[in-house]
Amino acid sequence: MSDPTLDALRAALDSAGDPDGGGLVRPAGEGDLLAGRRPRYVAAPASTAQVAAVLRTAAGHGLTVVARGGGTRQDWAAPPERLDLVVETARLTGVVEHAAGDLIVAVRAGTRLDELADRLAPAGQQLALDVPLAGGTVGGAISANPSGPRRMRYGTVRDLLIGVTVVRADGVVARAGGRVVKNVAGYDLGKLVTGAYGTLGLVTEAVFRLHPLPAATAYVRRWVDGPEAAGPLVAAVLGAQVVPSAVEVDAPPGDGVEVTVLLEGTPAGVAARAASTAALLGAGADVSAEAPPGWGAYPWEPGGVGLKLTAALSGVPGLLATARAAAGRYRAPLAVRGSAGTGVLHAGLPAATEPPVVAALLDELREATARAGGHAVVLTAPPPVRELVDLWGPVPGLALMRRIKAQFDPDARLAPGRFVGGI
Amino acid sequence: MSTNDTRIDVLAASLRAVLGDEQVITDRQRRRTYECDGLAQYRVIPALVVLPRTAEQCAAVVRACVEARVPYVARGSGTGLSGGALPHADGVLVVTSQLRDIVEVAPADERAVVQPGVINLHVTRAASPYGYYYAPDPSSQQICSIGGNVAENSGGAHCLKYGFTTNHVLGLEIVTPDGELVRLGGRTPDPPGYDLVGAFVGSEGTLGIATEVTVRLVRLPESVRTLLAAFPGTDAAGAATSAIIAAGVVPAAVEMMDALAIEAAEAAVHCGYPAGAGAVLIVELDGPEPEVADQFTQVERLCRDAGAFEIRIAADEGERALFWRGRKSAFAAVGRISPDYIVQDGVIPRTALPEVLRRIADLSAARGIRVANVFHAGDGNLHPLVLFDDGVEGQAERAEEVSGAILELCVEYGGSITGEHGVGMDKAKYLPRMYTDDDLDTMQLLRCAFDPHGLANPGKIFPTPRLCGEVPGRRKGPHPLQEAGLAEVF
Repeated sequence: MSDPTLDALRAALDSAGDPDGGGLVRPAGEGDLLAGRRPRYVAAPASTAQVAAVLRTAAGHGLTVVARGGGTRQDWAAPPERLDLVVETARLTGVVEHAAGDLIVAVRAGTRLDELADRLAPAGQQLALDVPLAGGTVGGAISANPSGPRRMRYGTVRDLLIGVTVVRADGVVARAGGRVVKNVAGYDLGKLVTGAYGTLGLVTEAVFRLHPLPAATAYVRRWVDGPEAAGPLVAAVLGAQVVPSAVEVDAPPGDGVEVTVLLEGTPAGVAARAASTAALLGAGADVSAEAPPGWGAYPWEPGGVGLKLTAALSGVPGLLATARAAAGRYRAPLAVRGSAGTGVLHAGLPAATEPPVVAALLDELREATARAGGHAVVLTAPPPVRELVDLWGPVPGLALMRRIKAQFDPDARLAPGRFVGGI
Repeated sequence: MSTNDTRIDVLAASLRAVLGDEQVITDRQRRRTYECDGLAQYRVIPALVVLPRTAEQCAAVVRACVEARVPYVARGSGTGLSGGALPHADGVLVVTSQLRDIVEVAPADERAVVQPGVINLHVTRAASPYGYYYAPDPSSQQICSIGGNVAENSGGAHCLKYGFTTNHVLGLEIVTPDGELVRLGGRTPDPPGYDLVGAFVGSEGTLGIATEVTVRLVRLPESVRTLLAAFPGTDAAGAATSAIIAAGVVPAAVEMMDALAIEAAEAAVHCGYPAGAGAVLIVELDGPEPEVADQFTQVERLCRDAGAFEIRIAADEGERALFWRGRKSAFAAVGRISPDYIVQDGVIPRTALPEVLRRIADLSAARGIRVANVFHAGDGNLHPLVLFDDGVEGQAERAEEVSGAILELCVEYGGSITGEHGVGMDKAKYLPRMYTDDDLDTMQLLRCAFDPHGLANPGKIFPTPRLCGEVPGRRKGPHPLQEAGLAEVF
């Protein structure tokens, strides 16, 4: 039996050309479950024009749409309330332009970040984004806005993204920014779609500023008894002039805390700064060219509970102490790890943790982060936990966000319900 | 008396009740003080000027404007160079200079909280006793305000390494175009939800008025080293710049001036740059001492390899200031060699520098209009100064043509019509050269979400305002159902 919607999607892809092998569209199967939802169709367009044609057709048929890149974070944020069409970016790949002399790269959204790194490395350059989960794509990184240790030096997606091509819910293609780092012409829509979980449009291409790969790196670390001992060490490093690329704390379940400082630069410079940093961290500090185990990884296993905790820098030790005390009271193996240099930490609990325990811990962490001027957000959690908790907590500016969503996607067809406040 | 005059009188009376007489200016002579910003060729006397002292007063002003459907324009120090704070003849000018408290300096959190009228340099002054500073440093930093910096996403010579205002603002309190006080972001990065701070910074006063700004403070570098290299011409200086970047060095600043700009600077501030230079580069490195020492030697060598015939190294802060004095005074200095001039602001990919400079020279020769070039070479941000004499018939028009043609060049080479001065009123007509109708329409969806009545700084940035009442995503071409052969149009 023919499916007119499927036929329309196919016709749309065909009409939008066949640049390199052509896009595909098919009925969804068992393997296409996304955040527990089964879509009706899966499309794999191979160009911005094809994405536009697919989204125009989806608009005409009232289909809800979610994009899928590497699929590494489909269990993040809330599941979409409805899901008709998955748009895969697997064929939307490749570097469009790498202008090494200008330190920029234009890349299609489905390109994997590790493949991009391989492409840039021979020129001695990098897109300075940490990739905590292997297999992630450029588009996924823009949508979910993950970060790792080196955000302290290089910032996050919002700081590195200088141009973006977005297909709107109605299929209109819009660009913002450009190919030069310094540019204040027009609104910065790149920042708006960063971390928006695909609720405002589908990113098909991005332009990033690049950084030189450092000639030398060193990790200086010290294991101390607890948050109270870690706090002054972190403060000493921040107050010194050693210009760390990262200052990390790692607080696994139990007692101690490890402080690790990443230094990058010229060989002579790094050696000298590693020595000063080791002196700041005190007796027992270890200097190594290799990253310590778990460096930049999230402190939870797949399927577990993952939280993002933010705090003003001076509030980080207090937050660690509160987290550990609360975890002790609930006998929960809470692991906390992250950037003490920027006040952005991650926390994890095993999948088997009792949902009420997660909820109770989250309440305490949310209070503690709020006291420190930050937020506690549930990035991912098993379904029974999601039923008990508010993933996002208080969202400043939510009313404006709803108005933005209403302008960009008035029928709420792009990843409906996936974002803050049910957006 | 026209209806609008009456409306403004009523508005003035109601605002006096809220702000007090002193803070509401109706006298024409006094209003005239505010008729332009730093781009003095556009002048409009605002119908009313108000100077709120608190965020609540600012919100009350906006609410009153919305009720009366009167447009309003926010203004900080009025140093902008794109006419972004140009008043509206039938509207209210909201001057934020009275909101000038540094609310908090928190070095342990690397944050400062300031009101929008605070002068850029004063943030650094307040933070430096603790060993910190505020990194964005537009040339006007001694007088420009943080509120204006937020509106324009200001840069400066050191943004090559440290980024722009948008990379240093974490939290805002704004008066929305509805007149509501709302906090966006905060003291910590990555608040949940859309990046409204990112959307607001650089929106040139069209999405609301900032009443409090939380900024990042940066630890002062251990070492700063500055050199001045003289080259026979801009090609060699451009090649040196490219070589420095290609070597993986990220200088704090790389600034270039050509012969005409040097001549002007010498006339104005006697900076004593090397005689006979066709171009000079100022290269500044900062950071940890061993690193800076290492790379400074490298930069010196790269400059010599590219043809520098003289290199001076600043021995102390005084000499460093002297190098910078010539560069920072360049805009005003051309006044010494030309009665009138246009300051242009465009961006090109850094590698296109030699080619674009040659084409600017061609344009200049063909139209008989001199162009002095001053620029942030490290990030390809050109500031050509187009010189003319308004007293000579036709020169102003030709200068305007050259200035516009330079922007066309920037777009042709894949750059931008503005790197840091903003679109404002001056460049709205050029924005469609960079973006399609669909791009601009999409940007204005954001505007409609914030300001459905279009009263916040109307006429700036966008050449054609979007009517927010329209259903977003109005269709172009056939309906998809029709396209797919499932429906017909009768």
